Amino acid sequence: MPVRFGIVVFPGTWSDRDCAHAVALAGSEAVTLWHADRELAGVDCVILPGGFAYGDYLRAGAIAAHAPIIAAVRSFAAAGGPVLGICNGFQVLCEAGLLPGALLRNRSLQFRCQWTGLRVEGRPTPFTAGLAPATPLRIPISHGEGRYHADPDTIAGLELGGRVVLRYVDARGAATPDANPNGSLHNIAGIASAAGNVVGMMPHPERACEALLGSADGLGMFRAVAAARLGAARSR
Amino acid sequence: MTAAEAEGGPLDTAGQRQVAERLGREPSPTERAMIAVLWSEHCSYRTSRRLLRELPAQGPRVVQGPGENAGVVDLGDDLLCCFKIESHNHPSAVEPVQGAATGVGGILRDVFAMGARPVALLDAIRFGDPTDPLQALRFARVVEGIGWYGNCVGVPTVGGETVFDAAYQDNCLVNAMCVGLVPRDRLRHATAGGLGNLVLLVGADTGRDGIGGAAFASAAFDHDRERRRPAVQVGNPFLEKCLIEACQELAAVPGIVALQDCGAAGLTSSCAEMAHRGGVGLALDVAHVSRRERGMTAAEVMLSESQERMVLVVEPAALAAVRARFDRWGLHSDVIGTVTGSGRLTVRDGAAVAADLPLDLLVAGSPEHRPPARPPADLAARQARDPLDGADPPDPRSALQRLLGAGSCGEARWVWRQYDHMVGDDTVAGPGGDAAVIRLRGRDDGLALTVDGGHRSSPYAPRAAAAAAVFEAARNLAAVGAEPLAVTNCLNGGSPDQPVGMWQLEETVGGLGDACRALGVPIVSGNVSLYNDTLGRGIPPTLVVGMVGRLAPLARRAGIGFAAPGHRVLLVGPSDPSAEPGAGLGGSELQRVLGGACHGPAPVVDPDREGRARRLVGGAIRAGLLASAHDLALGGLAVALTDACCTGGMGCTVSPPPALGPDRRARTAWLFGEVGARFLVSCEPTARAALRGMAAAAGAPLVELGTTGGDALTITGLLSVPLAELHGWWGGAIAAAMAAAGRPPP
Repeated sequence: MPVRFGIVVFPGTWSDRDCAHAVALAGSEAVTLWHADRELAGVDCVILPGGFAYGDYLRAGAIAAHAPIIAAVRSFAAAGGPVLGICNGFQVLCEAGLLPGALLRNRSLQFRCQWTGLRVEGRPTPFTAGLAPATPLRIPISHGEGRYHADPDTIAGLELGGRVVLRYVDARGAATPDANPNGSLHNIAGIASAAGNVVGMMPHPERACEALLGSADGLGMFRAVAAARLGAARSR
Repeated sequence: MTAAEAEGGPLDTAGQRQVAERLGREPSPTERAMIAVLWSEHCSYRTSRRLLRELPAQGPRVVQGPGENAGVVDLGDDLLCCFKIESHNHPSAVEPVQGAATGVGGILRDVFAMGARPVALLDAIRFGDPTDPLQALRFARVVEGIGWYGNCVGVPTVGGETVFDAAYQDNCLVNAMCVGLVPRDRLRHATAGGLGNLVLLVGADTGRDGIGGAAFASAAFDHDRERRRPAVQVGNPFLEKCLIEACQELAAVPGIVALQDCGAAGLTSSCAEMAHRGGVGLALDVAHVSRRERGMTAAEVMLSESQERMVLVVEPAALAAVRARFDRWGLHSDVIGTVTGSGRLTVRDGAAVAADLPLDLLVAGSPEHRPPARPPADLAARQARDPLDGADPPDPRSALQRLLGAGSCGEARWVWRQYDHMVGDDTVAGPGGDAAVIRLRGRDDGLALTVDGGHRSSPYAPRAAAAAAVFEAARNLAAVGAEPLAVTNCLNGGSPDQPVGMWQLEETVGGLGDACRALGVPIVSGNVSLYNDTLGRGIPPTLVVGMVGRLAPLARRAGIGFAAPGHRVLLVGPSDPSAEPGAGLGGSELQRVLGGACHGPAPVVDPDREGRARRLVGGAIRAGLLASAHDLALGGLAVALTDACCTGGMGCTVSPPPALGPDRRARTAWLFGEVGARFLVSCEPTARAALRGMAAAAGAPLVELGTTGGDALTITGLLSVPLAELHGWWGGAIAAAMAAAGRPPP
């Protein structure tokens, strides 16, 4: 049976369709989850996609973090279910307290849409396990508020715990200031929860699933979930 | 007295008499205000409509020509492409962020009103000197507004054009184009019908913003343009996104008769036009309109241009299902009236009748405005004058640096990196090429999209300048491998009440029509923006052409950048600009950066040689012979070579033809002359013979210039610039201008 990805749609979400497309390319099934619902329809994995949930009024992700569906996502995450927040979804996860830190206005004070290089590192997660690319992943960003920030203790904890799972790097894999598109601390592009099953990232892997569109490097993140479940089934 | 009532305005003494005679009474103040906005140029095309009627609008692929919310062409297999371009010049000059943002919002609604899902946005923007702090601010804010709206609604901004020229110092141009896709059976129209059917206003609340916006967009600026700020609308892209999705969901609901954007002139225009198209009447009660402010009069409600609203006509049985869709997205859906057989627009506010007007008077009754037209007195002298006024041609290297440094040539990444150009997962080629390319799901073809403005010689050669824009757009499509399908256009200009302005308008429309007829491409939608004047000084007539092309197969396409070292570099089309009138320098960008002059023979527009060059390049791309292709336009060959080097990340070494000789004027023309029907292409050495054969068959000139590779752009005997330095000139101009104007570097 294919893995069922639940894709949460808030008013203002726009990468739900792109995520569903990527999930289909990865050979899995996409199920739409509506923001006002209180259950997850038995999905195997939850994606909080990009967009401007509720217009991102007040603060990016701040209103969405209190949507009815988030309570269900919280329970799902607590039970070890894999949750991926992409762009606005990462902002929602931080606002909901499912991930530490915050996403601030880009250092440039401008929106940025561009390709970035990403190094996969840290502990394995349901979305990055088995991804060991020889060269950095080529995945684009598209955001105005993507500068990852947290207090020094939190950053140190993330680094020591292997919870920084994606980092902006140059073509040679070095985390240089030039490779950092938004001013994130430590070039952080994506982090995982302490248990590793909740991952937030600013880049958009769903836009990098076909060579025709410039890169297929993101597809592995969607396939990893199916691979992990297969592995889990074997080990049981 | 309002602008509409001024002498020559739509409601001047003669206009008022006509209204009173037709009504058999004096109009009420509400009626007078409604007539004034609907008779404005923006809504009624009272000056331009007799010209626009002459434009070619027919073709085998045309499903919907001008007159609807947007034009529609058939892509085959029951898929339709729906598109339009529109200006938001006046609002953007007064309130740049909101003015530009609501321009994007408005053009999106025009497209999804047709039942289509918007899949791409493009923008053509023009400003004065970018190093002037006020211009820099206005420019940066317009870019911010375009980005803010497009990024929030999740429609990619895939292309555009950015031009800086002192001629736009007082009146900037902000033109936005939207492209949508719709299956044939979901296409909607904005034609009211069915007696007793319900009129719904959906989306945002109605407020006092944008009142009189259409009339404001049809008037020149005076000293205190800041006072016009209340005429500018305020956008909410979040609501627009919800409105797009709710309207998409309506596809599943039977019993929807009409869907119409509520844009310029608000409810007055959307209701009147919908009813007039259907030959019916409407009875509205504004008391049922959800409002964001208390105490609004019926006139204010009818004229409000509050954004993110749509008007629907639905059968009574469909009401519950329609409302459920809007409720789900948190949007209002107010029943504000019914369809009648009266042929009139009747507006009540509760018990009181506020307006009762015959639709043929309101929509089609505006007296035609036929101001006298006269070419400028210095026309012949200006065309005959030497482009460089006999001055010594500049040093090639510094001329190239100045051209690239002026911001209109070279890369506009500073602009488009602020736009989400990828959302939707269909962008195959985004900004930075000759045309954007988006794929069509489940098919092996794609769409190529471009916007192009007319040549700078437009004040004294408007016909040629307009035609040049059409052929440049067609070349941009050919350079990616696509064939044109149809055109949308925005006629930006100054006041037609000046005889020269009226002549420029007539000539511009003439050039647009000539070129489209020669190309065999229909014009399916468009917009007119006149009165781009400040204190009596107008902009040059500026035709902006939006062209949609089909790229088949999608797998065979080209980009502008050199692809690999050791490829041959070739020039398609006329190889010696010095043989052209004015050596291709009349009205050129080189002439502008050397001192701002604008005179000399305008470029020759020759449809035959354009066709030969285009067919060669398009055919060679489809045959898989070309590694890169790039249209030659602003700044000529030297700028095109720079684009190809910097985009491809490699240098090249090319040589002028020996026949050119040592003459500095001929060499300047060869480097920087702007002559149509030309492309810079590259190919593997082994493809040369086949390419030559195709060129001979097509009758298109083809000359070899040199070879790709190395770390510099070297033009033998003329200039050599290391790639890193060249890249700085090419990609850094806008950022440098912003820094010079005191805007902090990002």
